[in-house]
Amino acid sequence: MIIYATEVQTINSFVRLESLKEVYGLIWIFVPIFSLILGIITGVLVIVWLEREISAGIQQRIGPEYAGPLGILQALADGTKLLFKEDLRPSRGNTPLFSIGPSIAVISILLSYSVLPFSNHLVLADLNIGIFLWIAISSIAPIGLLISGYGSNNKYSFLGGLRAAAQSISYEIPLTLCVLSISLLSNSLSTVDIVEAQSKYGFWGWNLWRQPIGFIIFLISSLAECERLPFDLPEAEEELIAGYQTEYSGIKFGLFYVASYLNLLISSLFVTVLYLGGWNISIPYVSILELFERDPIFGTTIGIFITLAKTYLFLFISIATRWTLPRLRMDQLLNLGWKFLLPISLGNLLLTTSFQLFSL
Amino acid sequence: MKRPVTGKDLMIVNMGPHHPSMHGVLRLIVTLDGEDVVDCEPILGYLHRGMEKIAENRAIIQYLPYVTRWDYLATMFTEAITVNGPEQLGNIQVPKRASYIRVIMLELSRIASHLLWLGPFMADIGAQTPFFYIFREREFVYDLFEAATGMRMMHNFFRIGGIAADLPYGWIDKCLDFCDYFLTEVVEYQKLITRNPIFLERVEGVGIISGEEAINWGLSGPMLRASGIPWDLRKVDRYESYDEFEWEIQWQKQGDSLARYLVRLSEMTESIKIIQQALEGLPGGPYENLESRGFDRKRNTEWNDFEYRFISKKPSPTFELSKQELYVRVEAPKGELGIFLIGDQSGFPWRWKIRPPGFINLQILPELVKRMKLADIMTILGSIDIIMGEVDR
Repeated sequence: MIIYATEVQTINSFVRLESLKEVYGLIWIFVPIFSLILGIITGVLVIVWLEREISAGIQQRIGPEYAGPLGILQALADGTKLLFKEDLRPSRGNTPLFSIGPSIAVISILLSYSVLPFSNHLVLADLNIGIFLWIAISSIAPIGLLISGYGSNNKYSFLGGLRAAAQSISYEIPLTLCVLSISLLSNSLSTVDIVEAQSKYGFWGWNLWRQPIGFIIFLISSLAECERLPFDLPEAEEELIAGYQTEYSGIKFGLFYVASYLNLLISSLFVTVLYLGGWNISIPYVSILELFERDPIFGTTIGIFITLAKTYLFLFISIATRWTLPRLRMDQLLNLGWKFLLPISLGNLLLTTSFQLFSL
Repeated sequence: MKRPVTGKDLMIVNMGPHHPSMHGVLRLIVTLDGEDVVDCEPILGYLHRGMEKIAENRAIIQYLPYVTRWDYLATMFTEAITVNGPEQLGNIQVPKRASYIRVIMLELSRIASHLLWLGPFMADIGAQTPFFYIFREREFVYDLFEAATGMRMMHNFFRIGGIAADLPYGWIDKCLDFCDYFLTEVVEYQKLITRNPIFLERVEGVGIISGEEAINWGLSGPMLRASGIPWDLRKVDRYESYDEFEWEIQWQKQGDSLARYLVRLSEMTESIKIIQQALEGLPGGPYENLESRGFDRKRNTEWNDFEYRFISKKPSPTFELSKQELYVRVEAPKGELGIFLIGDQSGFPWRWKIRPPGFINLQILPELVKRMKLADIMTILGSIDIIMGEVDR
């Protein structure tokens, strides 16, 4: 067999190009993921700054103003400070569990971001079961809290972890039932389909008008899932110091902090996607599809802006609620979840189902 | 009977002297059964400073700066009682103007104390914003105090026979402005807090004390009045010049934490009424009874001689307490604040016993939390309104 040098060379270069293409393909998978994560982290920083400014406004004082212009870099400064702190570990606690706890809480929330549509088909994973993925994966978070509470070898943490788990579990059911009603309305579990089903009549096409009860229940349940006031008993400062977060220091505590805001951000994003029409402009007779077709990049950017604007509306409401209302006691909290929200959300589901049946 | 494997072991939790609940250094050893409280044992003494022993070695005028540190949020009352005791012992009359100014200061102090009770109470329940709002109002009271007495909190304003200095020019107008402003703020608190369903759920029916129980335990102040007993020392003893103003005793019947909250809130409005009436009717005249300065001149005559001019500091003239015993009391915002004074024929008292309202009111805490949830401990403790400075003194 005579192998000519030139042929060998072409074969070799061909192989190299292929592997390069594969590598290129591999990298190209990571770019959207990283850009999403970058966007989320920036979002969390902005939420931290927003919370401090809004709470300062409500309490008639000035918020952060020294770290960066208008105090924007305050969250970054806090995170850096936490990085430099000593990583304490309880001597008789279960160290592997202690370390894993916060990570589980954060990872489960981060995974849910993959099904969120930020603009027209700008979603990391356009799954058929989009919403369901969020509900399923966010149910892993209470495990993380339980693990942290148990691994701390501390009565307060244990109590706090148990409370947090009980609270999360009880409020997941009304949440799921509301989401179920929404998916009935849009005939699909995919987040993209849900948003597109709300795009027809602009402002009046929002699911908010078709599911007012569901909206309120979803709001309350998601506040309870995020463990924000009025449902923040697991971390009630006055009673249990800091609940399951008591023994944590440094960046692990920072992870809990970040997890709380990540949870808040994803709840707000889901509120916009499910009830407020996602990326649609919501002015009647102006469709973003036309914008998208005319100039894809411009349309996409407008879509992202609209999503974020609607999200920040809900964020403002939840931050203002946190600094206005007192806290619910544990048994009152569980009462509210099981005896009040659950029957109402079931009734809501029944209503939605019957309307769907009749309209067919 | 065989004990089940999952037998109940009660959990003992220590809510240590140092905790973010803003109630001072009170240590609670709580025995829990899950979320229910089985028993609670308060441990005091972390702020004990020996105030009563110190009093045995100080003249009254020297002791006045100490007394504001008992109840450091309602300072005028502690000063008032320190001064009332010797006044009654020595039968010294207080001029009318001084009495009116004292009443104004006392009622302003009552408002300040109730405000600073409201903030941490709401913060314990979970609403952190009223904490900032009450400080905004308290700052106005501080400003008024600073203009009249020179100090924002630890005034040292009352003297035997009157007050230390007269009110500065323009103070009355400022005070009237404050009264008008404060009435609008109380309305704001009512709107924000009193009808909030979450607040009502946390507070209604929590820590109920019946009227009988209240008397048996020796409670006083808003705790007594919230249990249906309209007992106010300002009307009973008729001290200072409270008789000359028109005001009502605020009381409620239910005896739970909500009732105590309502009593304190309405007491604030009553105090504003009293202040306004006192300001309008403020008489002229002296602000101190200088007769009380007529001290016994026979002491230390040798040391006041010409030859001993530059030897050392001469002791300041002191008020002599006669050899009698006396119990004097005022209606402090937290309850009945009393002094049992046994005088020795000298400048120093023989025994200075303080009856702090917080100490007596705190006794009922273990009884009240017996069947409550863990979260209710803070609500009940907050509604009792204790301040460790006077509990431990």
